[in-house]
Amino acid sequence: MNSVPTRIGFALVVVAVWFGNPSGAAAEPPHDTHPSRATARSLSRDRLEWPSWDDVTRTLLLRDYNTRIVAIGTTMLGVAAGIVGVFTLLRRRSLLGDVISHSTLPGIAIAFLVMEAIEPGGGKWLPGLLIGAWLAGLAGIVCTKLILRFTRIKEDAALAIVLSVFFGAGMALFKVVQDIPSGSQAGLNHFILGKTASMVLADVWIIAEVSLAIVVIIGLLYKEFTLLSFDDKFAASQGWPIFRLDLLLMLLVAGVTVIGLQSVGLLLVVAMLITPAAAARFWSDRLGRTTLIAALLGGSGAFCGVLISAMFPRLAAGPVIVLTGVCFFLVSMSFGVRRGVVVRVAMHRQLKAAVGRQHILRALFEFLEPQCNPTAPMSAQLVNHIVSASDLQPMRSWTPKRLRRLLRVAERSDFIAAVRAGGYRLTTRGAELAHRVVRNHRLWELYLIEYADIAPSHVDRDADDIEHLLAPDIVESLEQLLSQRYPHMTVPPSPHAIDATSELTT
Amino acid sequence: MNQSTTISPNDSKRRWGYARVSVVSLSLIALAVASLALRRVMIAKEWDSNDTWTVATAALAAMACALPGVFLVMRRQSMMGDALAHTTLPGIVVAFLIAHAMQQAGWISSATYDSWRHAAMFFGALVIGVVSAILTEWVQKLGRVEASAALGVVFTTLFAVGLLLIRLKADQVHIDPDCVLYGIIETTVMDTIPNADVPRAAVVNGLVLLANLLLVAIFFKELRISAFDPAISTAMGINAQAMHYALMAVTAATLVSAFESVGSILVIAMLIAPAATAHLLTDRLDHLIAISLTVAALSAFMGHLMAITLPAMVFTPLGYPEVVDTNTAGMMAVAAGGLFVVAALFGPRYGVVSKAIDQARLTQSIIAEDILGLLYRLEEESGTAALAINQLTAMIGGRTWPTYFAVRGLASSGDVATRGNNCELSDSGREKAKRLVRAHRLWESYMAKHFDLPADHLHETAALVEHFLGAELREELAAELEDTAEDPHGRLIPPEQG
Repeated sequence: MNSVPTRIGFALVVVAVWFGNPSGAAAEPPHDTHPSRATARSLSRDRLEWPSWDDVTRTLLLRDYNTRIVAIGTTMLGVAAGIVGVFTLLRRRSLLGDVISHSTLPGIAIAFLVMEAIEPGGGKWLPGLLIGAWLAGLAGIVCTKLILRFTRIKEDAALAIVLSVFFGAGMALFKVVQDIPSGSQAGLNHFILGKTASMVLADVWIIAEVSLAIVVIIGLLYKEFTLLSFDDKFAASQGWPIFRLDLLLMLLVAGVTVIGLQSVGLLLVVAMLITPAAAARFWSDRLGRTTLIAALLGGSGAFCGVLISAMFPRLAAGPVIVLTGVCFFLVSMSFGVRRGVVVRVAMHRQLKAAVGRQHILRALFEFLEPQCNPTAPMSAQLVNHIVSASDLQPMRSWTPKRLRRLLRVAERSDFIAAVRAGGYRLTTRGAELAHRVVRNHRLWELYLIEYADIAPSHVDRDADDIEHLLAPDIVESLEQLLSQRYPHMTVPPSPHAIDATSELTT
Repeated sequence: MNQSTTISPNDSKRRWGYARVSVVSLSLIALAVASLALRRVMIAKEWDSNDTWTVATAALAAMACALPGVFLVMRRQSMMGDALAHTTLPGIVVAFLIAHAMQQAGWISSATYDSWRHAAMFFGALVIGVVSAILTEWVQKLGRVEASAALGVVFTTLFAVGLLLIRLKADQVHIDPDCVLYGIIETTVMDTIPNADVPRAAVVNGLVLLANLLLVAIFFKELRISAFDPAISTAMGINAQAMHYALMAVTAATLVSAFESVGSILVIAMLIAPAATAHLLTDRLDHLIAISLTVAALSAFMGHLMAITLPAMVFTPLGYPEVVDTNTAGMMAVAAGGLFVVAALFGPRYGVVSKAIDQARLTQSIIAEDILGLLYRLEEESGTAALAINQLTAMIGGRTWPTYFAVRGLASSGDVATRGNNCELSDSGREKAKRLVRAHRLWESYMAKHFDLPADHLHETAALVEHFLGAELREELAAELEDTAEDPHGRLIPPEQG
């Protein structure tokens, strides 16, 4: 018990207690909004027993020795699973974790039988069982790879076959173990659905050591794994040992699975690999941050799950941990700052508004263009004219209602000013922006005609699609390319007739 | 395309095509006989009607699962089947709860409780199949999560909900999570329908199998098109999306009816393994369905046999006389896996061993032809040619033993005469060699004429192609070339005859 990894593990336990306590208390969601609870209540007539205030504080402050042990162990598992999960997710191997976890079952039984044969009564030795599980998980991966390498079976079917056949073999062996006198009380069944309550300090040590090893290996080979996740062909061409790295990653996945057997069970441990990693992707595009966030989400999800199940003894820890993780996932999916639904919807609306604004400004410009002198500065001339909505109606194929709305928005953002009923005048700011918008559009049209060899009658539509996305540096290079064509004009003339019929998009 | 099955001199394609069905059925029967023999050796337990009903129920369940499984495998959505096997759990539990609540409320009598429960489970499964598919799609599209990860998130969530429900309701409704997850077919068959000695589960599975067969028969065309090319099926007016949802619903309903027999996890084996095994043996969808039904039934049979014989056989010598039998459902999965491995190894066209044998045979025939060609060319130069095996090996390249076997083959077919250590061409061998060299030189001339290659680039390609130019192709080449007297190197092209 005095080995170096044991001591490091113990240090990690201490640190986890130190950090886990306040953060866990803060991250705890209000109990009555918890979905697992809501589901349970809506589907049943009888109620869960509410914990007393005393129970709640006891649990939240980790005063219970047992809760403390379980929470620490499971949190470390969550962190390791989150980190490894990011890489498997990026390699699109999420479901391989499912195969590994199901494949561990026969390994547990065989390890028990072997240890029982070596020393009667010694079959319950946990590290031995976990090593057996780990090896069986690896055997599952090897079988999948062999099927993919030597048969015409596709990956999905190979995964499903290995998963189910190994699981079936495990079930058959479990029945055998139960028939053996010493096997019936071995409690091997707990590995299938998990039983956190049976976790003791020694188990937490194992979890701590394995998690630490996994985190250290990922840390040491971070660059290699990054390369592997994003472009394994490039990495292979650069001489990296892709096959061995991939195998190592699978070893790590199997390691996470094995330490997750006790807390969430082998049927659900795959959730700890997939859900935090998938949730973290909504928050960042950078791998380093994604990994950190996945570790955080995995760890706190597991921690909260354990606390909730500690407060409600009838809620088994495994499913609650998974469902807490799913809540985090749903929150991330909705509000994640990078790819969350809310952010994406907002960005889409912004883009739509910008497009509408640019359309109205271009219509104004193009309507006024024939009345201006093209060689003099345009912006100054534009502000002198008054335009009515009916003038703009034929400029694009828009409905009167949409045109009115766009005009209203433009007026509100001070691009145009209403001078009399139904009459508008461009403001200086609006005139400048209109000038820029039309210039971008025409530059792009010219570019398409010149370089992409598109007929003048077709460029308007293409330019319409792309102009709103033109970055200033592209505009600059286009200007340089095309400045010699129209040296005196700030806005090149339109290469096609301007009316609603020339324009195919709305 | 498999090289060995194209224009190899053996024309192995036709031979294998003929032998395919017989080889497949023979290997399957051999396995069944082997396991029967196993039982003969180990009569630990008499075969009674319970065993028969166990096998029958399991086989019906497996066959019912195999049908939707074929389409899942073809559509590359096997893991969707895995996911459905997990997500049906909350459906099963909710159905139990509803039936229980109805009974408590006095709406249904305890006599009809079971049928109500089955109906509730069936419709619950239809719903949950579609719901899982929609949820997965929703996570995938709305969150832009990768497909397999989306599937993972959804099925673990629903499964966790199911587990929680079981735990919460355990004292109210008798659902044993072990029973739901792993299935206890041995006790299921005790539960017979009234007035008959037939297990209820067998009837349910049989009905589901019939329904699935009917569905496949009616929608065969639609299923086939949407499985192989969703885009075309949409273009032809068959809604691929609707077919997808329908398949998910049917799969879930099948899984739910089968779970009592084989458990909700092991149904994956019955869903995917038979179809994948069949996929190793055939390319036609109708054959695929027939073979997977056979494999499903066979794995049920073998699984039960193995379950009642194998444990005692293995564990009694190890000092555990208590171990008599094991879980049939688990062994069914193992049997299905075993059949898959057999098909993967010995499948006539795609099997690993068959392919290796074909490949070795082709290599040997090419070496033999190379020997003939070599001897012929030497005769051409110096009148006679007699070479020892090590000389032949040195000139052809490669190792000694393939050359040795090739020479032995040639000697036994009378193409080569051995004199002491040396071998030389016989008359029949000379004829064969002549045709080979003719093919070689015709090809060289053809390439020189049409491909505009320099003369020193012709030999390597021709040395590869010569083995695959049959009489017809040689004739066509000769007709195409005006001058067939000499090849580009100025050597004589031997005539086809004489």
